[in-house]
Amino acid sequence: MTVELDAKGLNCPLPILKAKKAIKDLPNGEVLRVMSTDPGSVKDFEAFCRSTGNELLSSADNDGVYTFEIKKTAA
Amino acid sequence: MSNTDGKKMSIIVTKGTLDWAYPPFILATTAASLGVGVTLFFTFYGLQLLKKDIGHLKISTLGNPAMEMPMGGMHMAMPNVVSMLPGVDGMASAMMKNLMKKKGVASLEDLREATQDLECRMIACQMTVDLFELKQDQLIDGLEFAGAATWVEVATDSDINLFI
Repeated sequence: MTVELDAKGLNCPLPILKAKKAIKDLPNGEVLRVMSTDPGSVKDFEAFCRSTGNELLSSADNDGVYTFEIKKTAA
Repeated sequence: MSNTDGKKMSIIVTKGTLDWAYPPFILATTAASLGVGVTLFFTFYGLQLLKKDIGHLKISTLGNPAMEMPMGGMHMAMPNVVSMLPGVDGMASAMMKNLMKKKGVASLEDLREATQDLECRMIACQMTVDLFELKQDQLIDGLEFAGAATWVEVATDSDINLFI
């Protein structure tokens, strides 16, 4: 199961805050897919995952829309 | 296992302008989202950020030569002689708020609410609350009222201590 979070148009730190909220409600092992247009969120989601212990499965840039897939692996 | 397990951050919040209100709330909400325990200690003009209604917060262009606002593809700076005219701060603040909205920047109200939702500890400096004759019922709920010793105790137990 993958849950989608549309954070397009939002600026720092909103994509991270919304991702944190969404991941909280996700069962362990499930994936959150976040879409963002904030170029700073590329580095920020790497840091978010390292800090929280969740796994960043992928990070992609499609014409300025960034997609991150985060697997919930931390409580 | 996360890198932030058991980590703590404290921020002393001393500024009460619209622009300076952002860094403490951005850092507090982000750190809390990354699993860091956060304490905010509001003192002097920082107490303005704890009023129930924070719609009154303004930026000032006075004495701020680095401030240039984007405008129609250009950047506009405000000479001090203009900044001191009545109404200029209000106009610049309205421009800033519009720009922030356009760029998807969170409102201060939303960031402050997120700070509370993420269970950041918020302490109002009792001495400056007394000094400025602020009433507790003017301020948001969920605050602690304490002094410097409380912050020192928090700070000695924190990994990051910031003064903003």
